[in-house]
Amino acid sequence: MVEEIEESISRMEEPSEEEGEGKIIHVAGPVVEADNLRGAEMYEVVEVGEEGLIGEVIELEEDVATIQVYEETGGIKPGEPVKRTGEPLSLELAPGLIEQIYDGIQRPLEGIVEEAGDFIRRGVDVSPLDEEKEWEFKPQVEEGDEVEHGDILGVVEETTTVDHKVMVPPGKKGVVKEIVSIGEYTINDTIAVLENEDGEEEISMKQRWPVRVGRPIKEKKQPGEILVTGQRVLDTFFPLAKGGTAAIPGGFGTGKTVIQHQLAKWSDADIVVYVGCGERGNEMTEVLRDFPELEDPWTGEPLMKRTVLIANTSNMPVAAREASVFSGITIAEYYRDMGYNVALMADSTSRWAEALREISGRLEEMPGEEGFPAYLASDLASFYERAGICELHGNREGSISVIGAVSPSGGDFSEPVTQNTLRIVQVFWALDTELKNRRHFPAVDWLTSYSLYLDEVSDWWEENVNEHWKSLRRETMRLLEKESELEEIVQLVGPDALPPSDQFALQAARIIREDFLQQNAFHEVDTFCEPEKQFWMLHLMMAFYSTGLEALDEGVTVDELASMDILEKISRMSNYPSEEWERRFNKIEMEMNEEFNELEESLELSSPVDEESGAGKISLSAEEVSLEEE
Amino acid sequence: MADKSSKRTEYQNVTEVSGPLMVVEGISDVAYDEIAKIKLPSGEERLGQVLEAESNRAVLQVFEGTRGLDTDDTSVQFTGEVMKFGVSDELLGRVFNGIGEPIDGSPDIIPDERRNIEGNPINPSAREYPREFIQTGVSTIDGMLTLVRGQKLPIFSASGLPHNSVAAQIARQSKVLGEEEEFAVVFCAMGITAEEANFFQKDFERTGALERSVLFLNLANDPAIERIIIPRMALTAAEYLAFDEGMQVLVILTDMTNYCEALREIAAAREEVPGRRGYPGYMYTDLASIYERAGRILDREGSITMIPILTMPDDDITHPIPDLTGYITEGQLVFSRELHRKGIRPPITPGESLSRLMEEGIGEERTREDHSDVSNQLYAAYAEGLDLRDLVAVVGEEALSERDKLYLDFAEKFEERFINQGKEEDRSIDGTLDLAWELLTNIPKKDLKRIDEKWIGKYYPE
Repeated sequence: MVEEIEESISRMEEPSEEEGEGKIIHVAGPVVEADNLRGAEMYEVVEVGEEGLIGEVIELEEDVATIQVYEETGGIKPGEPVKRTGEPLSLELAPGLIEQIYDGIQRPLEGIVEEAGDFIRRGVDVSPLDEEKEWEFKPQVEEGDEVEHGDILGVVEETTTVDHKVMVPPGKKGVVKEIVSIGEYTINDTIAVLENEDGEEEISMKQRWPVRVGRPIKEKKQPGEILVTGQRVLDTFFPLAKGGTAAIPGGFGTGKTVIQHQLAKWSDADIVVYVGCGERGNEMTEVLRDFPELEDPWTGEPLMKRTVLIANTSNMPVAAREASVFSGITIAEYYRDMGYNVALMADSTSRWAEALREISGRLEEMPGEEGFPAYLASDLASFYERAGICELHGNREGSISVIGAVSPSGGDFSEPVTQNTLRIVQVFWALDTELKNRRHFPAVDWLTSYSLYLDEVSDWWEENVNEHWKSLRRETMRLLEKESELEEIVQLVGPDALPPSDQFALQAARIIREDFLQQNAFHEVDTFCEPEKQFWMLHLMMAFYSTGLEALDEGVTVDELASMDILEKISRMSNYPSEEWERRFNKIEMEMNEEFNELEESLELSSPVDEESGAGKISLSAEEVSLEEE
Repeated sequence: MADKSSKRTEYQNVTEVSGPLMVVEGISDVAYDEIAKIKLPSGEERLGQVLEAESNRAVLQVFEGTRGLDTDDTSVQFTGEVMKFGVSDELLGRVFNGIGEPIDGSPDIIPDERRNIEGNPINPSAREYPREFIQTGVSTIDGMLTLVRGQKLPIFSASGLPHNSVAAQIARQSKVLGEEEEFAVVFCAMGITAEEANFFQKDFERTGALERSVLFLNLANDPAIERIIIPRMALTAAEYLAFDEGMQVLVILTDMTNYCEALREIAAAREEVPGRRGYPGYMYTDLASIYERAGRILDREGSITMIPILTMPDDDITHPIPDLTGYITEGQLVFSRELHRKGIRPPITPGESLSRLMEEGIGEERTREDHSDVSNQLYAAYAEGLDLRDLVAVVGEEALSERDKLYLDFAEKFEERFINQGKEEDRSIDGTLDLAWELLTNIPKKDLKRIDEKWIGKYYPE
């Protein structure tokens, strides 16, 4: 496999002068046809027109190639030249990727500002990585060592949180003939020479890799460890595993992007690749401006120090949007190969699918559902399948978790992109417009969402947080389901017709909804909730429910329970910062039990008839309570 | 340009005319997107644009319509240029038609520069994140759906609802606190009636805003095809005023529904594969190329704030036009027929509406420290009131508890006093928030869970 890829890269050798130049014969939007291109290969990169716009061959017929152009084509004329490059669309991979913001085909946006000003002109040529910068390289092999693909030759501190491991590129092996000593080198300097049966090979810190081909691995493994996101509804109810795939579909305004940003900020991945694919410019600006200032809760360093951004906003060329998700996942694979846990957010895969549709429409292909091309499903799969937790060359393990936002038209999940995505991903976070309208954020619908990693990650929860996690989660889900059934009855007959225990269940479910499932992404503390805190919050809320049910049996009324003072304190639990929540929670638990006791005592006073039996029960429940506290 | 074009060949070989499109053959050296002058048998001249360029053949869209074109005598001359609009600081106070010619009777302006109307995308790393609060004086917007400078916030309206008067009110009252400078208004009409256009023109005249405005008018009886280019001209003017002249520009685009219809018309004439409901598959990208031109740029004074207006066909918010718009813009103000029937004006329904940039634009030093919490509490309380209203319809008011009745009552008062306000009523942000607190005293104090205890202590009216 690796050899084949290597071969295909090297086989597309620089074409000779005369066979390399074609001529444009047709221009319509981002799709251009050129003739005299016999010998060009599918997905080969070509330079289009006098300005040398970057394009990619997507269809061949005799000597006519159809090319999708990654830049605007206004003003391009038939007759202008098309030059072959002999290479598929590839990325440069080396130290310097982190903290960068690229467009869909790895052009650095900061560099474009310097070169072309505040607006993106076409035809700007800026190198993706700083070729001048010298990095401190620390060798980790010695002359005479035998190395092969994936082995680490040395390490560069790329940022304060990322050690960039310089690896033997795929397909290469040999005996280390030379290795430089510790010192400063640019990404183009030779840092090692390998000797093998084919001769000698110079290795630099830079690798090139075609974006449409997955980087080779040894084997895929089953995900097991949770990707902690600090978002209660996700971690507790619908957890994502490291190396897993998740989809977030939702109509406009339901908060897809806010969730994606939250994951990029707070998830415990080592590296975050954020692909803004056909979305708003301001959203990328927000990341650019916020991330350098926000502190990563896992390392204490600025979040930007582990982030790579790819921004191909909705008004940037549509063909480059199609390429952007592949550029993103290629960068993710490169860091995975170093042994990191990478999280990739793609916002939004629907815009990517629309780019496919647009190109396909211009090619006059036979459309499938809603005008999308028939190969939509396989193209989506080719992207999501590059996620996973993997056994790598060089005897390491690394993972890529992929979280794709989906923007279904009309908020209707039956449309093709959502449906095809659901066939692939393991976690489904469904965002609901009705919840958004009531400002229930994150608007994750707890009844339709699911996670297929539940069994795998329960072990993690039980080992690292609390052994009762599974039962607590199950009880809570049961309560929420009960609520939705009861709501239907209430809609018909009103709440008063329900028995007190059901009325109280509605109240308890409401507490879970409002104070646990809802989480304020803009609140300094609430924006990130550590797993322990999640567990104990939920524990207290469910303890309120179970103790309340007992009190109901004693004769306390639903209204009395509803007006308990402790409820206000429970509703503020999420805002207690990490250094004080444990103390505060203990206090709340004590106060809650006291208040329950008071309620039941006042009951005794007002109804002396029940005195004897009542007293017995109260002391019993007090015992239970004290047990629980321990 | 005039010199160049006079040397250019006139082609007579028109082979096909269909809908808004025509095909010319036997040509050479024609670029994609290039503008052509089309001379009719009657001697009249029209403009066209190349949609497809081949070595010897081109497909053109004809802006002023194809009526009167023939395949015999019609001749075509390519200009060698893409569509451009001449900008200058004399734009203010002027009125233009759908192809950028002045129609106010004053002489042509002498442009400083002629710019490609397609513009170029703002580089995301050159953008400044929008965060300066704009006080529109409308409580529902300022209090719960805050508009900030550089935001694109559309009005999702429907036929028969008062979007024009609300848009005019916003244009009239908008200001950034602490700054004297008024907004320059770029107004772009696409397919609206002469009556509606007159309303805006009169309103701008009455308030003296006209001299700080540029108007682009394509009315209902003007060629539909021009609607494709008129917003792009308007935005080219807006970009010049904002980013070259440093002005704060408010762009009103109305009605985007007509724009999308024109887009569909061309797609159909080209026999393209349609997406949802016959609209072209690239409509999202096309709309984005308009909406994304709003914004702010680092180290530049000016800004473009955009209020597109669209009428939802059949009041359906899932229709592709509002749907795709909502996915691009930074929120939406949704008008409700139900509120309108009750006589509430502006009939903005807070639940379905949204301002994505609100959080950054409010709070201490911008509006007031309690703003975010108060707004959250208003949403929660009003949503609860609306739920109870539905319930009452089923089980009757007697079945409600005392607490429920308070919420029901709150929802009424909230609509009557907070959402409802006069056409000329300009409320300050403090006034809006104080009014909110006053209304919140109608529900139990300990239900104010969304508000930090600090603010309850400080602002709760005694």
